[in-house]
Amino acid sequence: MNIHEYQAKSLFKAAGILIPEGEATSSAKHARGIAERIGPPVAIKAQVQVAGRGKAGGIKIAKTAEEAESHAAAILGMTIKGLPVRKVLVEAALPSSAEAYLAVAIDRAQRKPVVISSPAGGVDIEEVARKSPEKIVRTLVDPLVGLKDFQARAAASPLFQDPSLVKQAEVTLKNLYALFVEKDLSLAEINPLVGTEQGIVVALDAKVITDDNALFRHRDLAQMRDLEAEGPGEAEARNNDLSYVKLDGALGCIVNGAGLSMATLDLIKHYGGEPANFLDVGGSSSPEKVLVAMKILLADKNVKAILVNIFGGITRCDDIAVGLVSALEQLDVRLPVVARFNGTNQEEGNRILQQANIHTAETMDDAVQEAVELAQGQSAP
Amino acid sequence: MSIIVDESTTVLVQGITGRDGSFHARQMLDYGTKVLGGVTPGKGGEQVEGLPVFNTLAQAVEVTGANCSVIYVPARFAVDAVYEAVFADLKVVVCITEGIPVMDMLIASNYARARGTILIGPNCPGITSPGKCKVGIMPGHIFAPGPIGVVSRSGTLTYEVVNNLTEAGLGQSTCIGIGGDPIAGTNLLDVLSLFEADPQTKAVVLIGEIGGSDEQLAAQFVASKMTKPVVAFVAGQTAPPGKRMGHAGAIISGTEGTAQEKIKALQEASIPVASSPAEIPQLVRQALSAS
Repeated sequence: MNIHEYQAKSLFKAAGILIPEGEATSSAKHARGIAERIGPPVAIKAQVQVAGRGKAGGIKIAKTAEEAESHAAAILGMTIKGLPVRKVLVEAALPSSAEAYLAVAIDRAQRKPVVISSPAGGVDIEEVARKSPEKIVRTLVDPLVGLKDFQARAAASPLFQDPSLVKQAEVTLKNLYALFVEKDLSLAEINPLVGTEQGIVVALDAKVITDDNALFRHRDLAQMRDLEAEGPGEAEARNNDLSYVKLDGALGCIVNGAGLSMATLDLIKHYGGEPANFLDVGGSSSPEKVLVAMKILLADKNVKAILVNIFGGITRCDDIAVGLVSALEQLDVRLPVVARFNGTNQEEGNRILQQANIHTAETMDDAVQEAVELAQGQSAP
Repeated sequence: MSIIVDESTTVLVQGITGRDGSFHARQMLDYGTKVLGGVTPGKGGEQVEGLPVFNTLAQAVEVTGANCSVIYVPARFAVDAVYEAVFADLKVVVCITEGIPVMDMLIASNYARARGTILIGPNCPGITSPGKCKVGIMPGHIFAPGPIGVVSRSGTLTYEVVNNLTEAGLGQSTCIGIGGDPIAGTNLLDVLSLFEADPQTKAVVLIGEIGGSDEQLAAQFVASKMTKPVVAFVAGQTAPPGKRMGHAGAIISGTEGTAQEKIKALQEASIPVASSPAEIPQLVRQALSAS
């Protein structure tokens, strides 16, 4: 789960990482008050979970409290990359003499947390990785023993030229790692980590991604969820133990299993169609789940046809069939439906569908091809 | 020969009295797997599907002598079950559970490796050596014994592929679902190396998906160390970046972990990549006749 910069900074502050003095607000007038309290110049930063806020005009420096208010008013009205700006962070604009990059992430291949440090801060780290990979130091941490002091020293040393900044950065690094472990994070990134003109090391930006699987033991993090930042239908799916991602096409899909679901979408494109969504209805065969899945799918008005692709292992095809027939009836669905059942009780499942006049296909390729044609041929009712 | 599990594998079910544990204990027994008992703390002395239930895994191992366990325990307690299995010095532990915190699994997988226990999963359908042993939730009827090793990050997509292989007369030596989480106790590379050393396996089918770099590392291994042919399929060419596609591990971070990147790495290692699951059997035949 992503969280906003101001939320990430509050976590940093609690972990002993220095951040610019500041406060988030949804009111331009309040922004002025914060600016007066902190003392200009201040940065007004749009709180949206996308990269490229600055380029979109979502970050402005205000030299007076009045300017803070007008900048805030302008930014609060913006939509950046499809996301409405509901809050701005008003914080002290600190002149910096040096900018570095510091992050803690998971190295999946090595199965270890990794500290990533680079003197190339304030730029796109992926660019740095492409153009000057030698500027990036990756320090793998053995999770059985944690981050050792000698590792922290080595990881911090390339960050700044000034030894006093390096010493502070070492503390920041240790605190960042401790936060990462304590809060079950997937990513904790500071870009840029700056040395201010006063010689203090401060996290100028903060990006944190939390581990969804661990939210059950971090109520404070779970409460930071921004429902607006999620795509339509995702929250409802999540609450019903389904996975849903809205896409742009006209062919709605219901599949059991994430890999099979992705493969189905790929096959739709392969045959010239456009999927409307990813939807993994998961391992259970319950009719209630099929009903919820269908509701979420139909909320997307672009959907012109529906493809149901089930490979029943433990999931029973006849159970899904019953759920599907019932959902189509209850929701009065007029769109064409193609279903492909394979696996446990497939004959019974197909019989139930055929009795309800729902078209069934034998193979996944057949089903996808037929569904693609239906989605393209179907005109709006 | 098969890899990791075979006729000598004897299984304990951790979480046997739960809904999934009891159901799959029955399914495994029906397949012919030597399931010897199970564990649910507090339910020692009971019976499930005619199998004895123990309070602790240590007791279960002492009484039955089993060498493998499969975990159907809810996410909050599953990693403790993994440790219990490693402490009991089991040869193989298969963790079916989805939703285990990544940090927990980072530590547990490193620990299991250090202790010499093969951990498969989590968030996986398990491992099947057709005709010999099935540990997990894969549907038994899709398998047939044969020379094709199958390794996959998926569940039902694996069944689809295996079903196609069986229908094409291409039976399997062992099929392993390594799981859909970011951290897998056993990864693609680990399995490829085992298949390379297995006399029964003549070719390998690798099923990948977006997220991480497992397929890229596997490709490097295939190019440098593998003599047996590998055929691949990668799901998620249509996936948008930044969105979790079901599996916790199926997410494109920035530009990292795209299907396109994985397909390119595999093709550069001379691994044919199928454009659809249905194409796999034909590519396997071609690879076998060329080798």
